[in-house]
Amino acid sequence: MSAEIAEYEKDANAWFAENAPGPQDFMLPLTFMEVGTDQQFDFLRDWQRKVYEAGYLGAAWPKDYGGGGLSQAHQDAATKAMKAHHTPIMFNTIGLGWAGPLILDMGTEAHKRKYIKGILSGEDVWCQGFSEPENGSDLGNAQLRAVRDGDEYVLNGSKIWTTHGHYAKYMILLARTDFDAPNKYAGLSFFLSPMRVPGIETHKIRKLTGEHGFTQTFFTDARIPAEGLMGAEGAGWQVAMQTLMYERNAKGGQAGGYSITEIDPLEILDLARKAERGGKPVLEDPVIRERLVDFMIEAQAMRQNAGRAKLPPLNQDCPQALPLMSKLVMTEYLREINQFALSLQGTKGGYYVGEPNAVDDGYWHRHYLNAFSATIGGGTSQIQRNIIGEHALGLPKTR
Amino acid sequence: MSDFGKIGFTEEQIDMLTAADRFCREKSPMEKVRSLIEDEQGYAADVWKEIGALGWLGIAIPEEYGGVGLSLTEVVPVAEQMGRRMMHSPFVATTLAAQAILAGGTETQKSEILPQIANGAAATLALSEQNGDWELANILAAATPDDKGYHLSGTKTFVADLGSADWVIASVKIKDDVAHAIIPKSSIPDSAIRREVIIDETKRCYELNLDRVLIGENDIMEVDKTDAALHHIHLAANLLSAAELTGAAQSCIDYTVEYLGTRKQFGKLIGAFQALKHPTVDAFVDYQKARSLLYTAAFNFARQGEGEIAVRMAKAKAEETLSFAADRSIQFHGGFGFTYDCDAQLYRRRAIFLASQHGDARYHKQKLADLLLKA
Repeated sequence: MSAEIAEYEKDANAWFAENAPGPQDFMLPLTFMEVGTDQQFDFLRDWQRKVYEAGYLGAAWPKDYGGGGLSQAHQDAATKAMKAHHTPIMFNTIGLGWAGPLILDMGTEAHKRKYIKGILSGEDVWCQGFSEPENGSDLGNAQLRAVRDGDEYVLNGSKIWTTHGHYAKYMILLARTDFDAPNKYAGLSFFLSPMRVPGIETHKIRKLTGEHGFTQTFFTDARIPAEGLMGAEGAGWQVAMQTLMYERNAKGGQAGGYSITEIDPLEILDLARKAERGGKPVLEDPVIRERLVDFMIEAQAMRQNAGRAKLPPLNQDCPQALPLMSKLVMTEYLREINQFALSLQGTKGGYYVGEPNAVDDGYWHRHYLNAFSATIGGGTSQIQRNIIGEHALGLPKTR
Repeated sequence: MSDFGKIGFTEEQIDMLTAADRFCREKSPMEKVRSLIEDEQGYAADVWKEIGALGWLGIAIPEEYGGVGLSLTEVVPVAEQMGRRMMHSPFVATTLAAQAILAGGTETQKSEILPQIANGAAATLALSEQNGDWELANILAAATPDDKGYHLSGTKTFVADLGSADWVIASVKIKDDVAHAIIPKSSIPDSAIRREVIIDETKRCYELNLDRVLIGENDIMEVDKTDAALHHIHLAANLLSAAELTGAAQSCIDYTVEYLGTRKQFGKLIGAFQALKHPTVDAFVDYQKARSLLYTAAFNFARQGEGEIAVRMAKAKAEETLSFAADRSIQFHGGFGFTYDCDAQLYRRRAIFLASQHGDARYHKQKLADLLLKA
C-alpha cells in the first residue's frame, strides 16, 4: 500500500469514527432491498449524501461528472473504513453499483453530465425495470413494448419487483422495440428512463416479511425521450448483460460502499451463549459448534476468495470463476446464517418483529426472510449455477 | 475474522507453481498413474530421481543444511500439482520427515541427515498405531535403554513409502515421555515390514514391527522438543494433505465436466441437465473456496499463531470438497462410474484416504471450535 493510500485510509477511519451514525430507534435496513418506510429512506439518503460530500463515495469516479477523481485503491480504502465502523449501507445501489458504471462505460457525454452526480449525492434515486410478471428468470423474453415516435419512445406494459420503485427518479429499463426480430434477444433495447412522467404508475407490493419494499410498475402510453437509449436499438440484451455483471460484482467500476451488510459469524455467537438447552448454553452443543465453525470457514473462504481474485498468479486455474460465483456464494451464505440464527433462539425462535420478548426485536427473523431478495433477485441462485456452469466450466447450455 | 490469516503469495511460490504444473502434467498422465498402481513401490524411479535433482526435497530445508532455504509455503504448490495429476512418490513423506527433524532433531542429526534429503534421499514418519488415534501422543510403542542404546518395541501403522526410505522417524515412549527415534532403514529386518492394503491404490503404506529393532543412544531426537515437533508435524501434514486434496478436486471436476460435455442421452448432452450441472457447479465453487483457504494457509504457515486455524480450515474444506466432487463424479458417470476403469473411483479413494490421515473434516472442526468458540 502506498503512503498516500495509507494516509487517505487513516483520514477515512477518523471521519467514520466521528460521523458513523450508530444505532437508531428504528430498524436500519441491512440491504438496499429492505427500504420500506419513509423514515428509513430519508435517513439513508441523508447518510449517503454526507459520505459523498466527505469524499468517501465515488472517490474513483471522474471529477468532471461529480466523482473524486482518485484511484480505485482510494475508494477501496474508504469502503474498508465504512465496514470497520459498521456504518449503514449506501442505499442508492442501482445507481451507484449498476447504472452508474454502465453510464460511465458506455453512456454519452450528455448522459454522464446529467446522471452521475445525482447518483452519488442520492438526489436521484434509481430503480431497475428488468423482470416482468410473466418473464423473470427468462429475462430475454421481456415483452414491455417501446415504440419510436419522433424523438420519443412510447411504452406499454409492466415491470415487477422494482426495488425503490416509489422513490426512484430514473429507471434502467429493458424493453422490446422489435417484435419481429430473428430471435427474442435481438428485439430488445435498453433505456435510461425517467419515472415521473404521465403513464408510469407504481403500486407497492407487500413482501413475505409483511412490509412494503418494492413495487410493480405499470406503463400506459408513457412517453420517454429517445436520448435515453443506451447502445443501439436492438442491442439491449448485451447492455443488460453488462449491467448484470456489475450487479453480480463480476465487473468493477462501482462507486463504492456496500449495499448488503455482511454478517460475521461471531455476531451469532452471542445468541448461542444466551439461549439455553437443558439448562446449558446452546454454545456447548457439539453439533451447534460444528455448524458455527462451518459458517466461520465459509466467511473466511469468501474473504480470501475476494483476495485471491485480485492476485492473478493464484487464480490462473480459472480467472473468471471467482467474480462469477461471488453473488451465489454471498447471498446463499446470508440466507443460511440468518436461518441458523433462528435455530439458536429456542422457543423464542417463534416470535416475530413487534413482539417485546423477541430476541433482538426480531432482527434475525426479518433478515432471514429478506435474504431471499438476494438469492432470487439479480438472477436466482439456480440461474447463477447455470451461468457458472456454462461460462466458467464450459458445460453445455441448459436452454 | 481478520486474524484467521490473509491470502498472499511469494514470487518463489509462483515459480514453483509454474514449474510443478508443467512437470506433473508431463510426467504423470493418467495412463501412467494407472500403470504404477501395479508397481510395488508405486512410483516411477526416474521421476523420483528427477524430483531429487530439481532440489524440491530441499525447498523447506535451510541453506545451512544444504536446502533451498524457503518454507512449506513454497512446497504447497508442488504438493497441489502432484495431487492434481495423482502423481505419487515419497515426496510428501520425505518432506514431512525433514520437517520433523528440523522441529526436534539434534544439531548432529540435522547436519547429517538433512543434506542427504535435500540431495534426493527419502525418509518417512512412523506415528500411527493400531488404536487409529489422530492424537499423536496416544501411543504404546516404546524405547527401552540398554548398554548400547535403545531396544524398541511395538507396532507402527500407515508408515508411508517405507519401502524407499533411508530413515524412519518413529514416535516411541521412553518411560512416560513421547520421543522420536531416528531409525536407519538398514537396521530394520525385512520381516518387520508388511505392506498394508490401503484404499488409495496409488499410495503405499506399511506396517512396521519395532520389536527386533535396536538403535544407538544418539538416535533419539530432543525429548523436550517432542510436543512442539508433534504439533508441527500434524499441521504440516494437514497443510500438504489439503494441497493434495485441492489439486485432486480440480482435476476430478475437469474429468466430470469432460464427460458431461460429451455423453448424450435423450438427444442432449447430459451436462445440459440441471440435475447434473448444478451439483457439478457446487463442487467447483467448493473447490474455489478450498483453493483460497489453501493458499491462505500456505502463506501464513510460517507465522506463529495464525497457522493452525488456517491449516485446519484448509484441510477440512479440501477434504469435504474432494469427497463431494468425487462422489458426484462416480454418480454422474452412470454405469461407467461403477467400474474400475472410471477415474472417479481414484479420486473418491484419495479423499477417503487423506481424510483418514491426521484428522478428517469433523475432527478439525472440533479443534477449530475449541480455538474459536469461547463460552
